Amino acid sequence: MKSLEPGMTLIVKTITRLTVGLILLYGVYIVLHGHLTPGGGFAGGVIIALSFIHLMLAFGREVALKKISEARASVIENLGAVMFLSIAVLGFSGGYFFFNFFVNKGRPFHLFSAGIIPLCNIAISLKVGAGLFAIFAALILFRSSEKEE
Amino acid sequence: MELNILLLFMIFSAIVAVQVEDLLSSVIAVGAVGLGLSLAFLVLKAPDLAITQLVVEILCLIILIRATIKKDLPFSTSGRWVFNTVSTLVSIVVFLFFAYFALRQLPRFGAPIMRVAEEYIASGQEKTGATNLVAAIILDFRGYDTLGEATVLFTAVIGVLAIIRKTGRIKNEES
Repeated sequence: MKSLEPGMTLIVKTITRLTVGLILLYGVYIVLHGHLTPGGGFAGGVIIALSFIHLMLAFGREVALKKISEARASVIENLGAVMFLSIAVLGFSGGYFFFNFFVNKGRPFHLFSAGIIPLCNIAISLKVGAGLFAIFAALILFRSSEKEE
Repeated sequence: MELNILLLFMIFSAIVAVQVEDLLSSVIAVGAVGLGLSLAFLVLKAPDLAITQLVVEILCLIILIRATIKKDLPFSTSGRWVFNTVSTLVSIVVFLFFAYFALRQLPRFGAPIMRVAEEYIASGQEKTGATNLVAAIILDFRGYDTLGEATVLFTAVIGVLAIIRKTGRIKNEES
């Protein structure tokens, strides 16, 4: 039996529908708790990108690119880079590049602690996740535009 | 003083690399800039950066030379085998001689020199407030390294998008 709609079979689609949100949430958790537990911006960003790639593999590229298009992914990546750099430059308010400019560092083992480190993690995760997704989407579009000839 | 000489050397090599006509000479001048940067890192007491810069520079130089030369490099595979063998043996002996003295200075296995890392471990948590010491080091103490890594990733993404998009756009316009 052949299904006319793009993507994989019904089993894969159902399981993807159940798990993709959990994968995205796990990535966000890894990013936000990067200063408390093992993990951080790089690992969490890759997991966030993988949740979108999972969606693209199971449902076909239109569904995933409707959620977040390739152009928007590269805009988000640039935003992450600019955010990371501006956090670094804001350190000059306290003296030097990458200065941890929050005076009150908060209590250890709490979510809102450690000054700029969570913000840097969020910026890096935006950059890594959107960048990997943009590369994957570009490769997919390249292959599919090659196939049409 | 040495730093100023190195900077002048790098600026001069960069001007040569831009101005010279021959592509191979230009590539070698770029390699000279990289070598000067590596020595500058060494003068500024950042040996890890110097090693990285040297390795990456050599790799890039080899790739670029391979890309610019059309014909294969001439390798002498016949004749003068006595000279070749003797010079190879001499260079191996010289290398082992200096490696003996250099390797004796290395710390014993399991007892690393922890001059900077001790400070990070002792005061990392109270200085940054982060309980994950890895995050504290890569995002606070060694923020420059992380910025460099992020820049590497950024450049890779931009390169992939630029190369692939151009091909796709031309093909779309033709069809």
